[in-house]
Amino acid sequence: MRRSLIVDLSARLIILSAITLSIYLLAAGHNQPGGGFIGGLVGGAAIAFAYVAGALPDVRRLLPVQPWTVLGLGLAVAVAAAIIPVAIGHSVLEQGYTTFHPPLLGDVKVTSALVFDTGVYLVVLGVVLMAFEALGEQDAPEHPEGLE
Amino acid sequence: MLLLIASFGIVGAAILLAAPVLRRWSYALGAAPMVGVLVYLAATWSDVRSGDAPYASAEWMPRLDLVIDARVDGFSTLMALLIAGMGVLVMAYATMYFGSKPAGYRIAGLLALFAGSMIGVVTADHLIWLYAAWELTSITSYLLIGGSQETPEQRRAALQALLVTGAGGLTMLAGFVVLAQSAGTWSLHEIVTDPPSGASVGIGLGLVLAGIVTKSAQYPFHFWLPGAMVAPTPISAYLHSATMVKAGIYLAARLAPAFATVGVWRPVVITFGLVTMIAGALRALRQHDLKLLLAHGTVSQLGFMFVLAAAGTPYATEAVCLLILAHGLFKGALFLVVGIVDHECGTRDRREIPVLGQGWLPVRAVALVSAASMAGIPPLTGFAAKELAYDAFTHGDAWQTVTLVGLVTGSILTFAYSARLARTFLPRPVSEVAGHSPGWWFMAPALVLGGATLVTGLGVGPTMTGLVSAAAGSLDDHAGGHDLALWHGLNLPLALSGLTVAAGVGLALAHRRVGEVQGRLAPSMRADDGLAAVIRGLNATARRVAGVVQPGSLPTYIGVILLVVVGVPVVGLAAFGSMPAWPHFAETIDQVAVAVVLAVTAVAVATVRRRFAAVLMLGGVGYAMALLFALHGAADLALTQFAVETLSVVVFMLVIRHLPVRFRREQLRGGQTLRIGVSALVAAGVFFLAVATGEADRSTEVSDEIVARAVPDGGGRNVVNVVLVDVRGLDTLGEISVLTVAGVGVVALARIGRGRRRGEDVT
Repeated sequence: MRRSLIVDLSARLIILSAITLSIYLLAAGHNQPGGGFIGGLVGGAAIAFAYVAGALPDVRRLLPVQPWTVLGLGLAVAVAAAIIPVAIGHSVLEQGYTTFHPPLLGDVKVTSALVFDTGVYLVVLGVVLMAFEALGEQDAPEHPEGLE
Repeated sequence: MLLLIASFGIVGAAILLAAPVLRRWSYALGAAPMVGVLVYLAATWSDVRSGDAPYASAEWMPRLDLVIDARVDGFSTLMALLIAGMGVLVMAYATMYFGSKPAGYRIAGLLALFAGSMIGVVTADHLIWLYAAWELTSITSYLLIGGSQETPEQRRAALQALLVTGAGGLTMLAGFVVLAQSAGTWSLHEIVTDPPSGASVGIGLGLVLAGIVTKSAQYPFHFWLPGAMVAPTPISAYLHSATMVKAGIYLAARLAPAFATVGVWRPVVITFGLVTMIAGALRALRQHDLKLLLAHGTVSQLGFMFVLAAAGTPYATEAVCLLILAHGLFKGALFLVVGIVDHECGTRDRREIPVLGQGWLPVRAVALVSAASMAGIPPLTGFAAKELAYDAFTHGDAWQTVTLVGLVTGSILTFAYSARLARTFLPRPVSEVAGHSPGWWFMAPALVLGGATLVTGLGVGPTMTGLVSAAAGSLDDHAGGHDLALWHGLNLPLALSGLTVAAGVGLALAHRRVGEVQGRLAPSMRADDGLAAVIRGLNATARRVAGVVQPGSLPTYIGVILLVVVGVPVVGLAAFGSMPAWPHFAETIDQVAVAVVLAVTAVAVATVRRRFAAVLMLGGVGYAMALLFALHGAADLALTQFAVETLSVVVFMLVIRHLPVRFRREQLRGGQTLRIGVSALVAAGVFFLAVATGEADRSTEVSDEIVARAVPDGGGRNVVNVVLVDVRGLDTLGEISVLTVAGVGVVALARIGRGRRRGEDVT
């Protein structure tokens, strides 16, 4: 397939900024508009764009891991965030937070909800990746060799 | 006692896991907890005899008031003695019967598990634990019947037994709940000592009876027992003669003294029992397969025991205690003997068994003694038990006399089929002698049982009085205390015994004639055909229901879902709410512009002919929606809607690549009116809902509270996010689990649909 340089380059720019935006949305979500769900969806939209611009190989190249790894990791992180408070004697999903003062960014409050939200983010992203993995094959069933 | 019960579980599991290592030690190990039970019974005997009942309990689920407990009174001792004693003998027998077949080791493990459950049943005091143990016996027996040789016939028999006893068990559980609710206690002995009364008690008892009747193979639920005879003989001897089938008798005997006069209990159980006794005996008279003869004989004897157990009079209670023991001894011995014949001669058909030669003398002796005990010939235990049973019904009113007539009839038939069985083992003119005779170790367990029949018969007074009195006494305060004896003087029971023997001999002598009559009497419809028909009917109904409910048509599914989603709240609002007022048409000109875009794209979705265009238009609807959200200042919502819309358009594209480019009009025409109707209905419903919910007071106490506590409790100013990850965090966790499953499912389905595995080139 012939590929256009302009599409390739602009796609890369857009994808990068969309992914950055999605991570920002995840991180800021507790206080600003955003959150794990929205962040994951924006990340998913970036992936969709990568698919439209390139194809499944491009989508696979975006992440070094398998879609089901992302999905499973997300669920594991979320469950861990839910259960670890129980293990240390609190109730399920109980929150704690600390405030950092890194340079440039001002006060950054990190809550344990962020961990849970990261899990949500990864799951949403994983599901989108799974959808492309499942449906985004080059071979449509019109091709007889695609069927047995 | 609880530790012993637990040890059955541990030993059974250990044998199942380690059988290849244990090999023939499996049997010895399986017998160990049974020996333990025997030692325990011996140790507590003096207490039990004086009327005590050692009790132990362990917490199961304390908050639900569930305990695992064991209360070993006289009757429990009698049952446990039978279970553990027979268990040891059967294990010894199985050692020889199976030899070093691996299937035998598995059976040894399962037998240990079964024996543990059975001990649990007869010692349990808490009704729920009793029920649990009861079902454990059903399950282990299912595995024992069906699991060893894997033939379809065996699996069918096992499933049949499980279905019948399982259904009965569930009914029984319901009965237990009703009984315990009316009595205010879960303790069986407390319920019996202080029986509740009222209408619900009758219902509860009826439900419990269903469990008893199925488990004890009473007509018309008897058929699973002969069916279960496909199991190897040690299993049949243990489960289907001595132990499991007596679980129902056990429970009936426990409940009867307190409840025999409640409602229809007595007429019902006596009818069940007598029908079972007579019909089972008639059927036993027809059998050529000795094992089936014994099985039907067992059904008949269970009917006998059921009558005695459930009559609830002190004498009958005493009689059933003795009969349970006597039956365990003679029927166990006979099963073992038939197993030996089967094992050595390769057949159980009485017409094909060769004359049993010199080496078979001990086997024949055991068979004859046991058959005589079954027929009720003095001086054996069976005779003593039958005398007691007759005696129990001789001093009473009309129902007792009716019962007595039934019992005598059943006993005459019992004599006849005992004779039919015994004829195989009588000396016959020698034409062909079975060459191979069984080894002594193989015969030993049967010899022990046969000897016990003789000893407990001859010395019924000294050997049995204590045990039977203690057992009967623990069931009914008025029962027990009689000295058992073979000779009670000339009285009615003795005369009836004489009548039984005489008529029995007559039937046995006229066995050819009896056979002819029997052939004509044989019913054409068998009860297990009935069960099969019920199951077939159930399956057919299920298929038909599934066909209607799951037609496999996506439009139908979506139509039903949409109508329900919209219909239920609309009907609710229309019925209980007030009609909402007409809302403002629009607030700003921007909204009007967006609404026009929305409407145009929506109409386009429904009218364009290319799928691709339809998807793009659908995306347009979504983007316009997002714009509307943004205009209202809902940045979060707009962002989400935008991302979702982008994703769905792309995913739609992926899917429609596989579909024809255009919609097929002709396909739609048929249901088009219906579809438009449904769409219009849904649209109207959604509009109504939107107006109605828009009018409702949006700020409630709860939502105010959530907003107020977002920062102090949730630590975040984005209330939506705080709600998602904190307030209803567990919901979110559930949702992402669903997402995960959906994702995995999509990939799996797509791969199946593609018809080939892509695993290789992905990695």
